[in-house]
Amino acid sequence: MHRASPLLLTLPALLVIGIFMLVPLGYGVAYSFLTASPYGGAQLPFTFEGYQQVLFQRDFDESLYFTTTYLAIIFRSVVLASAAAILCAVLGLPVAWFIACQPAKWRTWLVFVVTLPFWVNSLIRTYCWVLLLRDQGLINLALQKSGLTSGPIGLMYNDGATLLGLVYNFLPFMVLPIYAALERLDPRLIEAAHDLYATRAKVFSRIIIPLALPGLKAGALLVFAPALGYFLVPDLLGGGRNLMIGNLIQIEFTSGRNWPFGAALSVLVTGAVMLVLMIGAMRGKRRKLSDIVGDQL
Amino acid sequence: MKSHFDWRKTPGLGPYTALILVFLYAPLFVLVAYSFNAGSLVTVWAGFSFQWFAIAAANGDIQEAALNSLIVAASATALATIIATFAAIGLERGPSRWAGPFAALFALPLLVPEIVTAVTTLVFFSSIHLRWGISNLVIAHTVFCIAFAMMPIRARLRGMGDQLENAARDLYAPPIKVFLRVTLPLLSPGIVSGAVLAFVVSLDDFVLSAMVGDAGTTTLPVYVYGMIRRGITPEVNAASTILLAVSLLLAGIAQYLNRPRNSA
Repeated sequence: MHRASPLLLTLPALLVIGIFMLVPLGYGVAYSFLTASPYGGAQLPFTFEGYQQVLFQRDFDESLYFTTTYLAIIFRSVVLASAAAILCAVLGLPVAWFIACQPAKWRTWLVFVVTLPFWVNSLIRTYCWVLLLRDQGLINLALQKSGLTSGPIGLMYNDGATLLGLVYNFLPFMVLPIYAALERLDPRLIEAAHDLYATRAKVFSRIIIPLALPGLKAGALLVFAPALGYFLVPDLLGGGRNLMIGNLIQIEFTSGRNWPFGAALSVLVTGAVMLVLMIGAMRGKRRKLSDIVGDQL
Repeated sequence: MKSHFDWRKTPGLGPYTALILVFLYAPLFVLVAYSFNAGSLVTVWAGFSFQWFAIAAANGDIQEAALNSLIVAASATALATIIATFAAIGLERGPSRWAGPFAALFALPLLVPEIVTAVTTLVFFSSIHLRWGISNLVIAHTVFCIAFAMMPIRARLRGMGDQLENAARDLYAPPIKVFLRVTLPLLSPGIVSGAVLAFVVSLDDFVLSAMVGDAGTTTLPVYVYGMIRRGITPEVNAASTILLAVSLLLAGIAQYLNRPRNSA
């Protein structure tokens, strides 16, 4: 009878997300085309300066010259986010397969155990690695006590530390979708392969990997997309000289006082994330993006 | 004749998984262990003690930050859960033509990088001169809490089907009665899960709170971040362990709520 009325129930959510998410994003796009005001904020006229600054800097005589400063940060973000996705896949696939092989009542518990650290505040999780990696940290102390090194070796403030932090933060994002794919695997396929004299390695490469592929793809998206613009890990573990895009945006909106440039970078990183997620969603036709995200929690 | 083959048992996989679990949990244990260290030097073990918890708990700034966190998380959770419950019913029981685009819009806070949400919200609030103090944070948190709260609620709605609601309608129950006597009681486990999830992600948030908040609205993660920046002390470890314990407690509650039951 009243088939239209249930839709009215979405109105509060539409208003809240429309006004406080969509409109601010629109502001972000608008700001990316404005001129930086010297005291922070932005003013007219409209320019492309925000985007230009990604590649070019203005010299004292107002001439433009090409710079790789920001390009290097964007490159680092893409490389580290991709490396995190690949590492998570390599580390997570065997774990997901192990869980899928357990009896049903054990699986629920193992999934809980793997996801439990994910519930802990991401700041705290990253801080734990500061305690381990810093010069007076546990690892350096242990190395010195055992006589392997004479002084502290710099484990923090490099890209490796950032990568480690990203993998640590996002590993559950990879294990869960792979597990979801493998859980539905028909055991008869493996038994049939074995009866036909397939080795364990063959079973793994010809049956388990292909069937885990949708999960691997979903996991790669779920690690890459948030890792690309992640702020805390590069901030605490990477340090000031190993910035990622997220840190650059934060700097431009605070101490850098260049809102249009920060907004332009925001538009670029959001566009990249959306593009990657959309390609992923279109490829996995049967699974909607919201379902992939929804499976995580 | 080949030896018995059990595909469920791959040699080495068990120890490997155990190793990954050590990787996931060891850093957390290190933090907790450090926070019980009696000495004032973080790195030198000087015996077991609760003293840094007492010192952290007595710190007026930490108390204020914790209170701010609780106010923001509780308000955002209440608002987001109510809004998400209605929206989820609208999406699941309304015409499916609109469900896709609307669901995509509601998932937007999950897809846009956190730092981008933070800076654009900052730009928006400053442009319209919205300076409501802690309410600014509540609004910003409500937006992404809706997206998280909606997931378990929608899943529950899908799982329970609409047969009972239709049956109630067939028996001439008015819409409000169908909602209060049929939909809501059946949906309540999903709503509670959604609320717990919203509360956790609100407590977890650092980036948005740090960018949108001002001096008077410092939340606990923002305060702890400032402490870490100033230097690593046993007090930071104690404050962090408290946050960790709260998260784990909430995770336990969520797991308990979602436990497999025979009658679903």
